[in-house]
Amino acid sequence: MSDLAPFRAEVANWLSDNFPQSLKGQGISPFGGVEGEAEIDQDAALWRDRLASRGWGTPTWPAELGGGGLNHAEAKVLSEEMHKVGAINPIPLLAGVGGTMVGPTILEYGSEDQKRRHIPGICSGKIRWCLGYSEPNAGSDLASLATKAEDNGDYWLINGQKVWTSGADISQWCGALVRTDSSVKKRDGISFLMLKMDQPGVETRPIKLIAGASPFCETFFNDAKAEKNDLLGNLNDGWSVGKRLLQHERASQTGARPTSNKVGLSLQQLAKQYVGEDDQGRLSDPDLRTRIASHLMHTKAHGLTVARIAAEAKGNPEVSAAASILKNSATRVSQERAELALEAMGNQGVGWEGDSFTDDEIEHVRGWLSGKAISIYGGSYEIQNNIIAKNILGLPETTQKG
Amino acid sequence: MAALSEEQQMIKDQAVAWVKEQAPLTTFRAMRDQGTELGFFPETWSAMTELGWSGMLVPEAYGGAGLGYQTLGLVLEQLGRNLVPSPLFASSVLGASALMQFGSDEQKQRLLPSIADGSRLMVVAMDEGPRFNPASVATRLLGSPDSLILTGEKCFVMEGMAASDFLVVALIENDAGDPSLGLVRVSADAPGIHRKPVKTMDSRGYANVSFDQVAVNGLDVLIGEGNIEKLFDVAGVTLSAEMLGSAAAAFDMTLEYLKTRKQFGQVIGGFQALGHRAASLYSEMELTRSCVEAALAALDQDRADVAELASLAKGKTSEFLHEMSSQLIQIHGGIGMTDEFDAGFYLKRARVVEAAFGNAAYHRDRFATASGF
Repeated sequence: MSDLAPFRAEVANWLSDNFPQSLKGQGISPFGGVEGEAEIDQDAALWRDRLASRGWGTPTWPAELGGGGLNHAEAKVLSEEMHKVGAINPIPLLAGVGGTMVGPTILEYGSEDQKRRHIPGICSGKIRWCLGYSEPNAGSDLASLATKAEDNGDYWLINGQKVWTSGADISQWCGALVRTDSSVKKRDGISFLMLKMDQPGVETRPIKLIAGASPFCETFFNDAKAEKNDLLGNLNDGWSVGKRLLQHERASQTGARPTSNKVGLSLQQLAKQYVGEDDQGRLSDPDLRTRIASHLMHTKAHGLTVARIAAEAKGNPEVSAAASILKNSATRVSQERAELALEAMGNQGVGWEGDSFTDDEIEHVRGWLSGKAISIYGGSYEIQNNIIAKNILGLPETTQKG
Repeated sequence: MAALSEEQQMIKDQAVAWVKEQAPLTTFRAMRDQGTELGFFPETWSAMTELGWSGMLVPEAYGGAGLGYQTLGLVLEQLGRNLVPSPLFASSVLGASALMQFGSDEQKQRLLPSIADGSRLMVVAMDEGPRFNPASVATRLLGSPDSLILTGEKCFVMEGMAASDFLVVALIENDAGDPSLGLVRVSADAPGIHRKPVKTMDSRGYANVSFDQVAVNGLDVLIGEGNIEKLFDVAGVTLSAEMLGSAAAAFDMTLEYLKTRKQFGQVIGGFQALGHRAASLYSEMELTRSCVEAALAALDQDRADVAELASLAKGKTSEFLHEMSSQLIQIHGGIGMTDEFDAGFYLKRARVVEAAFGNAAYHRDRFATASGF
């Protein structure tokens, strides 16, 4: 693909002129919402704005809406070149679910007016979106959701409660599934509404999780309002819009989570550090060694499968049902790794805080705990298996009785 | 595979059609019932040689088609689907690969054309005990260049009764007197060679072969650039392609049954316990396929990570075929236990090929070593 060479050179040039060296290799932490060194925070904002000015935070989105207008091959070059200089793209992090889920769905289902009003904010990295899907009584059985929206002539009036809205307390907008017709089959009376979070009818309460942090909220709607022109897709067709959005979510989750420890030790190196090795360089615990080998083989197989499915789908960027296979496989890779690392660390792998443990050790524990959510969110492990059984294998539906 | 070339697609289509029409499981069953010592029907083998499959790997300069491992894998997978018995793997894949890796130009000129046309069955004799273990070969080639003597015992030699030639894995001393593993070709009917059929549960042809003071021509010692580990990588990867085919067929049979068998007034595939099991098996099959395809490509490209990918492919395929063949029986219930039904053939074949050239445990260990722990 020699025709990409000029573009690669252009990207490399632009990066060397625009990427602040202070951010090199810093990863996501300068964008994590925690205040750091003033200079780094300033540079983080500068980098966000420079990247957004080229639309390269959302590289494949239309240029006239603030995206980069690149094709997939060019986007890959951009990401490779950024990786080379130790730069990350902060826009998807800053936009919450705007970059990975809501944005792609607006581009697909939205009116021209909706695209013009919502996409540029996501591209800038300044507008964060959250997602109002789950409710206390609608988890895996999402279609049972009860949050209600009434057409009040001038606007939609929304009442109900959402849960697991990630980042609701720091988001400016929310994409919510709401009930707009209670008289029909539950999937046929749902709509997708977009609403502002900063209004009197919306209240958020962070939920403290087992890992200690509060990345999720309960969100209460008491006569909250949404504009009439912020209905995404057709009235009562929210189930298909919402399902499509989840496919985008799954597609964004097919890569296994990056390892959390900054020093970048491989699992086998980490295990050797804590467990020791025999005179032939083998891990001293042969049982653990076998299970780590199995895990690494599965990790490799997962990576090869992501690449194979991408190659087979070449020229067809449609999100496929295979995403469910990859999500479950990625889940296994991440959770297995966290368990094996913890096991290898022994008593050093049970720390919560304090100076008896290194930062990396604590981070492993917290990561292991928060990673338990991977097989729950975005359609649980079991829901993905339902999808594979029904959509790929053509087996009968098991969850819709009556 | 991202995309098949036109030629590959043609070869695959041909293999799909041939296996379906000419090599159904009823043919395998007939052979099993008849109890042939060869472990395959000679007419099946001639049909395969006429299709050119025996010469797929052999370079054009030596009378073959030089098509490479990825293309060969397409055929092996289809043969695996119907458990088609033939000496293709033992001779045209492993025997040919051994010569291509280890042979001198003279040896290739002399031996490869007849392997390619299927008239010579060149079979590698490796195992000396119940478990695959290249580290414990006792068979030796001794003597001076003009009077070489081969002595040792080999067991579970694939197609050992049908072989016209053996390529014997043996310790061979180099000029400095250090022994290393190499290959020695002998005619199967040479004086001092005794073979005995071994009846295995997959009804294929195996033999225990003893080499008692067998005189070897110096021209038949293969000490080229080859590396015996690499030859076993070829064996593991190509066998994985065949095993993937067997596992895929077992999956298809199972899925079909889940969609047709009714109990409690509904098809049993509608029960979530079985639907989820099918989903897991299918996902595992997709992962396994990626490993096999990547390893075949690595062989064709002679990449540095062949060993790692070969252990990944053989290890993963062994695990998956093991589970799939067990679930084939379990999900079919009572009918799966009957000899009249074909499920048992897959289960019996599975355990044999799982053990060949290193089982899953062997390859996990090897993968761990390759990964530095």
